Amino acid sequence: MARKRSARQEAMQRAVMYPLDWLEERSGLVGATRYFLFRKVPGDTSWWHTLGSATLTAFLVQLVTGVILAMYYKPDPRSAHASIEHIQHDLTLGWLVRGMHRWGASVFIILMFMHMGRVFLFGAYKYPRELNWIIGVLLLATGLFEGLTGYLLPYDQTAYWATVVAININGTAPFVGPYLATLLRGGAEIGPDVLARFYSLHMLLVPGALIGLIGLHLYLVVRLGVSSPPWSRDAAGRDPDPEPPPVRSGLVQPGPRAAGVRRRPAE
Amino acid sequence: MEDRPGDDRPQLPPPSLWPVGFAVGIVCLLVGLVVSWPAAAVGAALAVVFGFLWAREVATGRAQVAGPPPAEPSPDAPAIPAHRGEAAMPEPEPGERFPRSKFLEGATLGLGGVIGAIVTLPAAGFAVLPGFLKQKAHEVDVGPLTDFEENKWKLVTFLRDPSEGEISRRTAYIRNNGLLDGKPSFTVISNRCAHLGCPVQPGGPLFPKQEKTVKTDNGEVQVTPMLPAAGFICPCHGGAYDQEGNRTAGPPVRGLDRYEFSIRNGRLILGNTFSVGKVVGSGKDARIKRYELTGPGQHVDGIESWLYPLQPPH
Repeated sequence: MARKRSARQEAMQRAVMYPLDWLEERSGLVGATRYFLFRKVPGDTSWWHTLGSATLTAFLVQLVTGVILAMYYKPDPRSAHASIEHIQHDLTLGWLVRGMHRWGASVFIILMFMHMGRVFLFGAYKYPRELNWIIGVLLLATGLFEGLTGYLLPYDQTAYWATVVAININGTAPFVGPYLATLLRGGAEIGPDVLARFYSLHMLLVPGALIGLIGLHLYLVVRLGVSSPPWSRDAAGRDPDPEPPPVRSGLVQPGPRAAGVRRRPAE
Repeated sequence: MEDRPGDDRPQLPPPSLWPVGFAVGIVCLLVGLVVSWPAAAVGAALAVVFGFLWAREVATGRAQVAGPPPAEPSPDAPAIPAHRGEAAMPEPEPGERFPRSKFLEGATLGLGGVIGAIVTLPAAGFAVLPGFLKQKAHEVDVGPLTDFEENKWKLVTFLRDPSEGEISRRTAYIRNNGLLDGKPSFTVISNRCAHLGCPVQPGGPLFPKQEKTVKTDNGEVQVTPMLPAAGFICPCHGGAYDQEGNRTAGPPVRGLDRYEFSIRNGRLILGNTFSVGKVVGSGKDARIKRYELTGPGQHVDGIESWLYPLQPPH
């Protein structure tokens, strides 16, 4: 039996809910968030299906640590490396934030590949999710470009020569390669403006594109739903296993099979 | 107050002064943080008191009062005649468009496009075009001819454009080939690998103790004797070249680029770089297949060169 709430508790709840109701009435955001978090997913999803949200988490970590690093980084050829040294060795916890950003970049790329591998092997790129696969490929390319532009920023020998090699690899593309390399360099040869150019791309243009593409990607995930794995008996229209898996708990509600709604009829 | 059944009018909060007091308190607090602590304390107190009163009003539900009832249609208002006004207009066909709406739609899109182009094109041009236009040629004075003994190799480092700083530092491998038709002849090889642009190194000893620093109009130039007996080798991916810059092994697609040079007032002046397909012969007798400067990894001769028909200005 539910415990009866006192008038004070009721008043407190109303006070807490008031701003949420206010927001919901004017934007519908609360309902949308609730729908996003508590939407139905197939009961036979597994840990493999968490790679997408793990990639999103890695991206958010990059976003936050990048904004913090930008407060101290100086995109000027004469002071860029010194500012990195300053962040790394002088500022409190600078080594941690820079380390998170540096290693997090690799984590982000690796998770993207793993997520794509899961989608490919599960056949989740097929109708009606082809467009989301294409957006995912664009996200991979944009993410790699984000990594390329960020690699120059420490402005040490490794960063410089790796960027030279990467630009020249682009330059070997047939027909458009020479122009692409010139566009990336901002000239015939790498000059002092390249650092600021890469910093601008790394800080503003590419993250903006990534955020837009991720938003589109998520919209399609919610609209089309999460795909079942290829071995799913539910998706194949067959009876579920005799022993349904235990009900999972978490933010996302389990699907009907996991919740034990659909059971094999007793023989 | 009880809602009337079927009443779907929004529940409006009543007029209240508490939010105003709360706002005044916040402003006072923020100003006080800048000018005076007592003012900040007064502001904080105001914000807390009025915030509490506001929250209590909201929480106790006293705020919820119904808005004014909708105006009942007055029985005295004259009815619109059926043959006039909107009621008399025929129902539009599905998908039917009207000239005015078409005009307004076209005008909005057209004007929007023009405004967008006016704003976007100069910005895009500014972002892209400088890299393709006004590429400056830089001449570099690398010192008097007497610093370059005949048939000796020198590693020369210099700033291509001192205004750009260290990033414009370049290296050339220079050998004095003696006189050709009464004029000094030099082999001046760029250290940019023809594979992917890494700096190639001499395949032999350097003599840093004999390094000489020459002051020129382009700043300081370092001249170091070397003996590239095995030619030149790229540490990145293993490209190898002979002493004339011809590719001998590894992934490079052509020979090493070279610098144009001239002699002025007894000094060696380096000019622009150009690409080289192959060098036949050596030293002053070398015959060089010269091409427009091309990026690393791009073929300049053979059928593969058809993949790179146009080069951006250098």
